[in-house]
Formats: sequence, C-alpha cells, structure tokens
Amino acid sequence: MAELRTEELTINMGPQHPSTHGVLRLVLKLNGEIVNDVRPELGYLHRCFEKHTEAMTYPQIIPYTDRMDYLNSMNNELAYVLAVEKLLAIEIPERVEYIRVIMCELQRIASHLVAIGTYGNDAGAFTPFLYCFMDREKILELFEMVCGARLLYNYIWVGGVSHDITPEFLKKTKEFIKYFRPRIKQVNNLLSYNKIFIERTANIGILPVDVAINAGVSGPTLRGSGIKYDLRKDDTYSIYNKFDFDVCVGTGEVGVVGDCWNRYIVRAYEMEQSLRIIEQAMESIPEGDVQSAVPKRVKPPVGEAYVRTESPKGELAYYVVSDGGLTPFRVKARSTSFCNLSVINQISRGHMIADVVMILGSFDIVLGCIDR
Amino acid sequence: METNEVYEKLKRVFEDGIGEIKTDLPTYPFFFVSADKINAVSLFLRDEESLQFDNLSCLSGMDYDKDNLAVVYHLYSYVHHHKLVIKVVVPKSNPVLKTVSDVWAAADWHEREAYDLVGMTFEGHPDLRRILLPEDWEGHPLRKDYKVPEFYRGMKVPY
Repeated sequence: MAELRTEELTINMGPQHPSTHGVLRLVLKLNGEIVNDVRPELGYLHRCFEKHTEAMTYPQIIPYTDRMDYLNSMNNELAYVLAVEKLLAIEIPERVEYIRVIMCELQRIASHLVAIGTYGNDAGAFTPFLYCFMDREKILELFEMVCGARLLYNYIWVGGVSHDITPEFLKKTKEFIKYFRPRIKQVNNLLSYNKIFIERTANIGILPVDVAINAGVSGPTLRGSGIKYDLRKDDTYSIYNKFDFDVCVGTGEVGVVGDCWNRYIVRAYEMEQSLRIIEQAMESIPEGDVQSAVPKRVKPPVGEAYVRTESPKGELAYYVVSDGGLTPFRVKARSTSFCNLSVINQISRGHMIADVVMILGSFDIVLGCIDR
Repeated sequence: METNEVYEKLKRVFEDGIGEIKTDLPTYPFFFVSADKINAVSLFLRDEESLQFDNLSCLSGMDYDKDNLAVVYHLYSYVHHHKLVIKVVVPKSNPVLKTVSDVWAAADWHEREAYDLVGMTFEGHPDLRRILLPEDWEGHPLRKDYKVPEFYRGMKVPY
C-alpha cells in the first residue's frame, strides 16, 4: 500500500477559547494530535498602560495598576507604590506595612483559588471550581468591608492605605482563617490527588530549572521546578522578613519535578503559608494613623527605582523613572505572566493538543498582565 | 559583587566597550555599555564564574532624551544573589543595537516589546516583529514625540 500523504496542520487556539484564560491566541502547528510548534500571539488586551502613565500624576496611576493583573490588584498596587516610595525615600508607618501584608496575602489566596479552580476546570473537573469561587467570594467580602471595592481597590496609596482596618475586619478575617484551613484539605482531596487529574498533569510539560531561569520564569512556576526561591524571603521587601513561613517547592511527590502537577501543587501549599503570615501579622499589628505619611503632592526627585515583588504569579516589578516632575518619565511594568508564558513553545513541543491546555493552565496567566 | 567591582572587571576585558559608571544618582548604581558590545558583555556577565548573571529580570526600552533612546537591563544572579543594572544608549537617527536574546531567552519577547513600543532595532534577533500592537501599526507609541493617529485602517481612533 502506498504511504498516506501527511502534512503539517496550522490551527488557531483562541482568542475566544475558554482554556486560554482570556484573549490569547495560540497558533499551533500540528502533526496529527502532536504539537510541533506553539506560537502565542499577544496584544488583544493591550491598553497602552505605559503610554497612559506619561500623562498622569503618580497617585492617578494606582487604579491603572489594578487593571493589569485584575485577579491580583493588591499586589500590583504594592509593587508600584513601593517603587514610588523608594523614589520619594519616605518612611512608612508600621501599621500601614502590616495592613499591606495582610491584604496582599489575602489577595494571594484569592488569586491562587482562581488558579486552582480554573485549572481543575481545564482538566474537566467542574466541582472544585465552584468550591474555590465560593471561598474566594469570602475574601472579596473582606475586601469590600475594608475599602468598598471587590476587585479593583485603589487601596494601597503612596505612603499609606485608603482606609484603616476595623476590629470587625480582624474578627471576620480570623473567622475566615478558621473556616478556610479545612477547605484547603478538601480541595486537595477533590482535585490534587484525584487520579484523573494526576493522569492529566503529571509528567506533562516538564520545565528544567536552567531553562526556567534563562527564560525569566518566576514564582510558583519556577518553584514547581524545584528551586527554593521566593522574593519575600530572598530579596525581601515591605516587612516580610518579620514573618515565619516556608517557601513551597515542587518535590516530585507525584510525577516529576517541573511538570504541571508540581507547578500546580505549589499554589495549593502556598495558601496555607499565606494563612500563617496573616495570622502572625494580625497578632502583632501596632496602632497608628494609616495616612500620616501620605504626601500632599507626590513629586519625586530625579532618579529611578526598580522594585521586585513576589506576586501570586511570580516576580512582579515596576521600573519607575522620574524627571523631577509631577508625572513619571517612564513606567515599565515587568509583567510576570509575560515572561512565564514565553517558555510555552519550548515545553509544549511533542505533547498532545489537550496537554497544551494543561501546560498553559499551569502557568496561571492573566492576559491583563501580559498585554498591559 | 557590587556594581563598581563588576565595572572594574568588565573595563579590563572590554576597555572602550564600557562607558561611564553612575553611582551618585538616587538610584541603584549603573553603567553604560556600547551598542555593538552589549551581546559580548552579556555573554561574559552570564558565563564568568564570579558573576553568573543567569537571569535577565527586565529589559526596558525608553525614550532617553532629545536625541537618544535607551535600553535598560536589570540582571540578577540566582547563584550569587547579586544585581546589576546596565544601560545602552543609541541615537534616534540610527537606533540599532545587538540582541541579547541568544544569551537570555527572556530577552526575546522583551526586545520585541521594546522594538514595538519604542522603536529600536535589535540586530541578530531571530523574530523581530511587533508583539503588542497590530502588525501594520505606524509609529512607536512610547516615543515622546509620538502623535496618536486620527485613523487606523479607516476607523476613527476615539481620542
């Protein structure tokens, strides 16, 4: 029998596709079911963030940073505000630092819940998704209680925060922690150690450490490859050095180090560590005025600041250049998902189409952050 | 290793390729590297035993001043846990510099972004296309003299 004629097939995945987590287009080159090449096409959500900053004063930019990684607004604000504060060289009241840490860690849990929920959804497990969103809702309620907003807060200001937290908030947060601890176990039982889920994620998309570092991959995606590196500990900022917590890494408990399952499980572990940080912060939070250090006019001297922070997705950094005026000369956001996504081609080649969905999900990308 | 030590070391190897060092500004100290030497310097920074800058944290293109564009490299070493900031300044009349995407894979998309938004060309980049804006967009928005076009393919740009 004559050999069948085969040819490479090029297809689009996205931009309107639920598994691409937003408006991302992947151009796949296929040999049957096997993926030969993945080329991400970005820019569908580009909103010229960096151009807009040229026409705004420093505090006006904070709401824009909210909209970058919209599942993780608190950490975005913190990263930008830290950069501006570094330029201004101002001292921040202790209480403000504690409040910021509590908010950022709550936000980290909320972000990881979305990551875990949607990842389960990618694999076809719809129930964990609902559980995760139910718990996330509780965190959003806490945010609503303290600043009125549920998603885009404009909460962390240069030199302070917009509202002080109340004893009521602390009480509710304590209740939440008590409620949430067993829920992590529940999600693990539902999803993490589920046979089908493991079959879909273990040994898929293995990312070696050296490739990851060279490509600028960071956060849980990097730690899934087994390197114990967390900016909160290793290049500490704010007051993270005061708290005791563990850096979670992929250990190869299931599958091999660096595969999708290990990247995923880092997030599940990290939620517990965030709870520990919040507990410690709530115990030792000092009294004080949260707006005493807010400057009347933000006008930094000529200079530049580059601040790296550990956002739930990885290394989020802002590079702010000041020419001494009221508006920044240049603001560059070093977007986490942008760098993490760039390795997808390298580690997807040779896998099936369905695996590309799992690999993409394991990066926990947010297109608002990639496209800016 | 501190920036000035790295600077001394590079100065001995690359001589004229390394520009002046700035430590007095209220910022992290940095130094300049010439546009045609940046690839060789980067390779040296990555592979030299005592430096090992294995991670390009960020690469930002910017409109530097009236006549120049600049690219800023923020480097980090996971081995030695030290940081470095270097800058390359290129004239607007001929904004060309060597790519570092073969040294750090992270630079690939960052350089495409810098090309897209600021408009410098990275010589030797394997796939220098626009990344965030449409392929047929005219101009580079992050230039200070950029004018928002009134129309894009016959569609009115709303502001």
